[in-house]
Amino acid sequence: MTAPGATTPLLSVRDLKVHFPIRGGLFGGARGAVRAVDGVSFDVFPGETLALVGESGCGKTTTGRAVLRLIEATAGTITFDGTDVRALGSEPLRKLRRQMQIVFQDPFSSLNPRMTVGATVAEGLIIHRLAEGAGIDTRVRQLLDEVGLRPDHASRYPHELSGGQRQRVGIARALAVEPRFIVCDEPVSALDVSVQAQVINLLQDLQRDRGLAYLFIAHDLSVVEHVADRVAVMYLGRIVETAPGPALYAEPLMPYTQALLSAVPVPDPDAKRQRIVLGGDVPSPAAPPSGCVFHPRCQHPSRDAACAVIDPPLEPKGSAPVETSGTGKGADLVHLVACIKQPPTRVDDAMQRAAGATNAPELYLPVVAPR
Amino acid sequence: MADPLLVVRNLHTNFATDAGIARAVDGVSFTVARGETVGLVGESGCGKSVTALSLLRLIDGAGRIDPQSEIILDGTNLIALPEREMRNVRGNRIAMIWQEPLSALNPVMTVGDQIGEVARVHAGASRREARAKAVEMLRLVGIAAPEQRAGEYPHQLSGGMRQRVVIAMALVMSPSLLIADEPTTALDVTIQAQILELLRDVQQRMGMSVLLITHDLGVVAETASRVLVMYAGEVVEESPVREIFAAAHHPYTEGLLRAMPRVGATGGRLAVIPGSVPPPTEWPDGCRFRDRCPYAWERCEREHPPLYQIGAGHTSRCHLAVEPERRAHPHTPLAAASGAGAGR
Repeated sequence: MTAPGATTPLLSVRDLKVHFPIRGGLFGGARGAVRAVDGVSFDVFPGETLALVGESGCGKTTTGRAVLRLIEATAGTITFDGTDVRALGSEPLRKLRRQMQIVFQDPFSSLNPRMTVGATVAEGLIIHRLAEGAGIDTRVRQLLDEVGLRPDHASRYPHELSGGQRQRVGIARALAVEPRFIVCDEPVSALDVSVQAQVINLLQDLQRDRGLAYLFIAHDLSVVEHVADRVAVMYLGRIVETAPGPALYAEPLMPYTQALLSAVPVPDPDAKRQRIVLGGDVPSPAAPPSGCVFHPRCQHPSRDAACAVIDPPLEPKGSAPVETSGTGKGADLVHLVACIKQPPTRVDDAMQRAAGATNAPELYLPVVAPR
Repeated sequence: MADPLLVVRNLHTNFATDAGIARAVDGVSFTVARGETVGLVGESGCGKSVTALSLLRLIDGAGRIDPQSEIILDGTNLIALPEREMRNVRGNRIAMIWQEPLSALNPVMTVGDQIGEVARVHAGASRREARAKAVEMLRLVGIAAPEQRAGEYPHQLSGGMRQRVVIAMALVMSPSLLIADEPTTALDVTIQAQILELLRDVQQRMGMSVLLITHDLGVVAETASRVLVMYAGEVVEESPVREIFAAAHHPYTEGLLRAMPRVGATGGRLAVIPGSVPPPTEWPDGCRFRDRCPYAWERCEREHPPLYQIGAGHTSRCHLAVEPERRAHPHTPLAAASGAGAGR
């Protein structure tokens, strides 16, 4: 655990872009690009959990993979503990991967079906020369114990395990190399509720005991509220709102976040809140809308022509100073929102009118989550 | 319930497997009233999907519905019906929608032809009538430019639109019962909200009954008026929806509710249900939940609990109904004490 008030990020991402070319035509030249990630910036501090949330195709998984260079970024910088990750050659990158690991969503397809659990967990130890001979077995046993598996699970194959047990193996494999940072890509989405709770508790225990930092990628907002210190909401390849968890859930300001929260089914038949049902589907990231990418589906009462013109800056809003979740992570606790119709905004009236605005910005804050 | 649409009595569906007989559905009884939405809840492997398939008699291969079971739809026992007549029930009287819309649709047929085919097969509609029906149904499920969409193929549609098409297909013959098996599980949360609203809307307009199968208690809270909770092939609790969230009786239901992280609830550790569902070839004697239960005592090992009446329309398969004082003394469940990947 880091000292309260730590202000140096472990991971710093600036203006990250991942564009996939669309090829076609006679010579297979690029005809355009799918802008999967289109200018994303965030920090992850030691020992904290930053959640990236959003719906399918918003770019959250691509962001997570680009950070680990499992996918090469098109532009932007990725700094891990002072190292420029994008500039690394293959050997230094391999070394860095000891520090940065990933746990995948699907425990059924992310484990090699022909390798025993023990061999899967030992692989990282052997590659990074972290243990030798009999030491490997001892370490594997320790790791299995830490994730709540029995020593005899080491000789089993993935098909002999339940979904929850497989996900524990995936976590043990990531932990084997003693990383400081783990990308958790939808780690509990494929699990049943009761098993999901077991795995979430395990991830939280490991974070507390080892001071791990997590980039927690998820679509389930109730899971995210439970695990995250800070939350970044993505839509069409961009971060549209970011805030400490409690602030985001108490006062979501980006109309997309409001709709997303209001859509979460609440297990309380008497819950009083406003349901915002968005029209239509998420537009294609190959042809994102102009201006604010959310404007065609936006429910903000002040939405007007300017929203289709002005690219909204991610700027501080909300009732600052914001209460922290009590985790003492200290830094980057501001509430940033990309919406020119939620005051205050540095896109002033004159600029908005020049872009065709007919409505002045006005705070819109529907009750979307039960309190 | 004076005149229920569907009465299921003592439904047993077994599968012959290498490991022995899997009693996937093991004595399930329930009713669905006209115009009502009933939620059927449980985790993977509890038997909820097999229950749904049994209602349509879509169990084949190694599976077998016990002929003593009764599935009475509008006074007719479907178990005894010849296959020819059963085919008439499917799609006409009972329709079903599945979790993954892409695999429920034919990739090489336009969606209009697929919807129209239902009208041609079940109502003997002409090609032109079928086409008109398809457009009408697409409009009903809220698809913009239905004339144009009818000529498109499934891959040209988004996930939410595909699920709308599947719903449109299910509704062509105005069925009296719609079985929806995890209809929104594969969809994003904002699209899920759209589809649930659509289901509520068409149900009200058509006066249909809906059996909604889901693992998500939040979805149930927002759509159903009654809930059935299944565990290990049995219904373990049945209750009006309000009551199950306010006062769940069965320890499994209680555990499920407490294990759910929810928006608006503050942090802390999530309660877990230790262990996992036993395989359907090895349902334990006595209470099937007892190894995972924090209240279990020796009676639970000895005596298979019946469905006890708890209140109006509320039953629970737990001996706590007759020995409620046991609830005051929870202990570590056996499954947690014995380790096995269940701890933490």
